[in-house]
Amino acid sequence: MYNPFAAIGRVFLAFLATIGRLSVFTGKSLAAVVTPPFYWRLCLQQMMTIGYYSLPVVGMTALFTGAVLALQIYLGSARFGAESAVPNIVVVGLTRELGPVLAGLMLGGRVGAAIAAELGTMKVTEQLDALITLQTNPFRYLVVPRLVAATVTTPILVLIADIIGVMGGYLVGIHRLDFNSAVYLKNTFDFLEAMDVTSGLVKAAVFGFLIALMGCYHGFNSKGGAQGVGRATTDAVVSSLILILISNYFVTEAFFSQ
Amino acid sequence: MNDTPRLELSGVHKSFGPKVVLNGLNLALAKGESVVVIGGSGTGKSVMLKCILGLARPDRGSIRIDGEETVDLHGAERERILTKFGMLFQSAALFDSLTVWENVAFGLIEGAGMEREAARAIAIDKLAKVGLGEDMANGDPSALSGGMRKRVGLARAIATKPDIIFFDEPTTGLDPIMGDVINNLITECVRDLGATTLTITHDMSSARTIADRVAMLYKGQIIWAGAVDEIDDCGNPFVDQFIHGREEGPFALEVS
Repeated sequence: MYNPFAAIGRVFLAFLATIGRLSVFTGKSLAAVVTPPFYWRLCLQQMMTIGYYSLPVVGMTALFTGAVLALQIYLGSARFGAESAVPNIVVVGLTRELGPVLAGLMLGGRVGAAIAAELGTMKVTEQLDALITLQTNPFRYLVVPRLVAATVTTPILVLIADIIGVMGGYLVGIHRLDFNSAVYLKNTFDFLEAMDVTSGLVKAAVFGFLIALMGCYHGFNSKGGAQGVGRATTDAVVSSLILILISNYFVTEAFFSQ
Repeated sequence: MNDTPRLELSGVHKSFGPKVVLNGLNLALAKGESVVVIGGSGTGKSVMLKCILGLARPDRGSIRIDGEETVDLHGAERERILTKFGMLFQSAALFDSLTVWENVAFGLIEGAGMEREAARAIAIDKLAKVGLGEDMANGDPSALSGGMRKRVGLARAIATKPDIIFFDEPTTGLDPIMGDVINNLITECVRDLGATTLTITHDMSSARTIADRVAMLYKGQIIWAGAVDEIDDCGNPFVDQFIHGREEGPFALEVS
């Protein structure tokens, strides 16, 4: 007879087992980050792949998000006669929240999937085993460059996205909402505080780390052939997006309570 | 004379959940000896190799390399033992992100810390040994045929001049002529190096070409081992059925 409690128990135990495996994987990855040998060339390669090649996607996202934000805030604030707050709200909304979160979500789809698919294929074609037999630690050779590159380049991407996003809001403000250019820029920069940008960049670093970690973890644990790699890729994207949204709250809470 | 086996497995057990894969496996390889392990699918041949290489940990038993116990070695100690090994994987397991020569030189550059230029020269030399010209060196492994991939894998396996080389199904997926080419290359390369080799295969033609000694693995144990020229008259019904590829025999009874 079907026992629903047994099914719930199995799911819960499987969840705990996954948490345990992920913790061990994270511990091994962090240990590898601080122990030689360091593969600097691979780190730079990954920075190009993760950072530079993601620039168009992140830039387009930021440009249109800033533009839409200006339109929406104008429509909302016009009800209270507070249209002049558009530049302030656009810049704070972008630097604190939308810049890092949307860039994180885009990178989660683009970079997380690519890492999981590449490492998953290496796993099922025995390339990870081959690395070990050639006296090369896969954590140092594969995981560390991706973790370091994603953690370092995501804040840089978000900083660029912030600038492009503010520019999107500015263009709509000037050409669509009839703001004065000098006033729009003055309101933008007068209202902006260092903490607004800093909190967004810290979030970006956390998101970058989580995206690379999920991609590597699911890639390393893929099983079977093409179907297994496909499942690992999906799991990497879904788990990194969920973790981005969860960690976003906690990082915001940490800055908010200061 | 030092008669310590180069590689010795004693009482090796390995299970995955309730499935017993290795059930007290014993096997010893003398220095310079070429042993081929034959057996049906799922008899534990690949798991045996993984246990020797440290990719899987046996539940019980001993695996000694030159008399040194290796089952519990980790980190730098494990890497020291791995410097003695070369491995040709079934799928060749070439790194797609690297060129052909970088694949061959990988163990020299990353494992032994050799300069890239010196490692490249050795890689070109090893590629020549397996019949591939310098024009292939800068190529992409994904553009190679199955036979060429195996040859590059073989060049990578011998590049560091290992003491022990493992071959996992070296002729699987190849046509008979290319299979014979690979078998002869293995024999030549191993003779030049003086290495000890352990090969797992289903291919009896390969076994007869490569082996000094053949061992048959069945249900996680070696059920027969002997010189390659004794195999046709060994009198073991399992071996007899396997080498002749007959449907009737003890394997068929097991299936029914």
